[in-house]
Amino acid sequence: MDVPTLESLNLIVTWPAVGLGLWACVLLLLDLFVPKEDKFATAFLAEVAVILCFALNFRLFRLKPERMEAFGGMYVADGFTTFVNMVVLVAVFIGILLSFEYLRRAGIQRGEYYPLLLISAGGAMLMAAGRDLVILFVGLELLSIPLYIMAGLRHRTSRASEESAIKYFLLGAFSSAFLVYGVALIYGATGSTNIGEIAGAVKAGVLASGAPLDSLLLALGAGMVLVGLGFKIAVAPFHMWTPDVYQGAPTSVTAYMSVVAKVGGFAGLVRLFATAFPAIGGVAYWQTGAAVLAGLTMIVGNVAALAQSDIKRMLAYSSIAHAGYLMMGVAASATPVVREDAVNAALFYLLAYAFTNLGAFAVAIAVERDDGAGTRIDDFAGLGKTRPFLALAMALFMFSLTGIPPTAGMVGKFLLFRAAVQADLVWLALVGLVTSLFSAFYYVRVIVKMYLEEGAAQAQPVRSYLGAAVALAALGTFIFGLLPFDPASLVQGVMLLVGG
Amino acid sequence: MEPVSTGAYVIVSAILFTIGVLGVLIRRNAILMFMSVELMLNAANLALVAFAREYAQVEGHVLTFFVMTIAAAEVAVGLALIVAIFQSRETINVDELSDLKQ
Amino acid sequence: MSVGTVIFLVVAAVAILAAIGMLLSENAIHSALFLILNLACVAFFYQMLNAPFMAMVQITVYAGAIMVLFLFVIMLLGAERLRTPHGRFAWQVPVAFVLAVVFVVTVVVAVLGGGLRDMPPPPAMTEVEAAAYGGPEQIGEALFTRYVLPFEMVAVLLLASMIGAVVLSREEGFSISRGERLQRARGRRDALSLHHRRQEDLETEDVAGDLTPTR
Repeated sequence: MDVPTLESLNLIVTWPAVGLGLWACVLLLLDLFVPKEDKFATAFLAEVAVILCFALNFRLFRLKPERMEAFGGMYVADGFTTFVNMVVLVAVFIGILLSFEYLRRAGIQRGEYYPLLLISAGGAMLMAAGRDLVILFVGLELLSIPLYIMAGLRHRTSRASEESAIKYFLLGAFSSAFLVYGVALIYGATGSTNIGEIAGAVKAGVLASGAPLDSLLLALGAGMVLVGLGFKIAVAPFHMWTPDVYQGAPTSVTAYMSVVAKVGGFAGLVRLFATAFPAIGGVAYWQTGAAVLAGLTMIVGNVAALAQSDIKRMLAYSSIAHAGYLMMGVAASATPVVREDAVNAALFYLLAYAFTNLGAFAVAIAVERDDGAGTRIDDFAGLGKTRPFLALAMALFMFSLTGIPPTAGMVGKFLLFRAAVQADLVWLALVGLVTSLFSAFYYVRVIVKMYLEEGAAQAQPVRSYLGAAVALAALGTFIFGLLPFDPASLVQGVMLLVGG
Repeated sequence: MEPVSTGAYVIVSAILFTIGVLGVLIRRNAILMFMSVELMLNAANLALVAFAREYAQVEGHVLTFFVMTIAAAEVAVGLALIVAIFQSRETINVDELSDLKQ
Repeated sequence: MSVGTVIFLVVAAVAILAAIGMLLSENAIHSALFLILNLACVAFFYQMLNAPFMAMVQITVYAGAIMVLFLFVIMLLGAERLRTPHGRFAWQVPVAFVLAVVFVVTVVVAVLGGGLRDMPPPPAMTEVEAAAYGGPEQIGEALFTRYVLPFEMVAVLLLASMIGAVVLSREEGFSISRGERLQRARGRRDALSLHHRRQEDLETEDVAGDLTPTR
């Protein structure tokens, strides 16, 4: 029996994710000593842990560790993992900043919120790092279950919150059952759950035992995993739950889950599809499926967003549309020569999306009233006069979501479209371009409301934490859109550790 | 006793899984939808254990073990949510949860 | 047909019929009982598949713990009787059936036409190996060596779901004073009377509100 030692587990490279989970457990105990009226200390301690994990993760990102594998090959800390970790940690940092004030105003200041937030962030990070289908599955649950709870946190006072939670829960459980069945079929076809071994079996066409690979069973399994993860990241036609859930959940939770659930889901999807099912000459067989999903998602998301009058619902459809753009990167990564570019583009887009979307939701929180009303787009009328800085930041976020320079969203879209064209998916890039133009209608409508229409936008007096969240998000959106060097160089060296 | 082939078990598991999917799509009662999800997970477990015997590995069993544990965790959260919903609305029919439609 | 095949066919038929019974039953309790029957059949399959430990876990965890919780909640809520679905999602039903048939056919084709059929039989195990296969020792060893990371992740997950169950069902008693609490109870009573609730329920609720200490 090989008993693992600390040496062989190689714990140090896993600390950003594992440490966050452990700190969540400790924080739960420390929270008992924090008075119920003011949970500032709990939020502060959570932020400290996020900063420490970020520092350690940044170090791992810069100095590539020699041994990237940990826990006997279950966890791999390559450039992909560390970059995703950074995106998640940035999102958690901003997420806690904007939560603290929102929770107090909504009267749901609960200490359990912050440990749950950290646990779900740990789940997203493990999904990116997992080199085994077990980790992918458990990571997904670790990401989702705290989100179900957080979505229902306001259920005592808001019927919308409990409705959102139960819908999210039922759809989430349904989709993870698909994922599990897909994992079972992949295991049946390849005889392994290790992504490296699966890739080996796919390349060789035979299993370790010498039996031929059952490619139909494998394709079926891969399809079901795609369905399962597609629900999580809200890809059409599995997106139906998104608007209801995003609208009903407490806004701080919506902000957080719209970013972190998407980052985790995409990281798992890319990790699995780009490494475990490589192309055997030409392009990988799943490219067409992914491309069709991407096109459909972009169209559905953007068209439906046009008709929305609630800002949370509008941002929900917009997040579906952005899942479509990201899916375009996944589809492009099926072509071996552009795989690296496509993955880099998708990663950069995730970073841009994280800053922009969190920022947009932070402004929505500032405009929202204590009882949860004030989320209509009409409530933004006149914000340009009453709150010039908030309105300016919101305009920047709307530009970034549309893809207008100088914003991170524009750079991300450029990289994704370029990858799609390189992968001979010109039609998909065109769909992306046209839907982006289309999306300008509803994003710019918010800006028009804020500046050109008269109204008394009743933004709450913004406290420093929420203000800091908006400022940080705006700074990120702006800086990553202005990088003087080739933006791709930021994500260079973000290489997938290909299995084998 | 002659062992039954793995394929037969996988077919049974696919049928059970499909019945579970149908349950989620057809029934509108939250508890029944949730029970159907449990049936789907259970079907996946059957396939996993069957494949594990095929390859004479214990990995499939371990995966099944994790799936069961996670199902238990989901049940705890899901039933708490269902009870909370029922307390405030006296219904768990998901069609009647439509405050969020425009 | 060998004895094993006959037993398999009988158990498979019971499992599938139980699942259909769960799907069609008009009473939630019956549905839960059908599901328990199905779970027991699958446990029997595990035993046939040389997985004695998983069979025991299936019975204790699934049938013993999870389904008891389900039954408990159904009875607690008094939600046994299910209303027949009304028409809003009626179009889904035929679509769902078509997709279901397509899926089953695909799996059957994949199994019968694919590599599973002509896969060489697994390497013969010695008697000692066969006796140990699928036992608690082997699974425990795997859990604490290769699978130690997911094992710990699941531990945290169980903690999270425990917190969740408490957070979602604990009566609000946090950060509000007794006066505010009573006021809210009164407000709730007003809201509830709109829903034509019986008066007795409200009075018991008020008493409970008065007696429960805030801190």
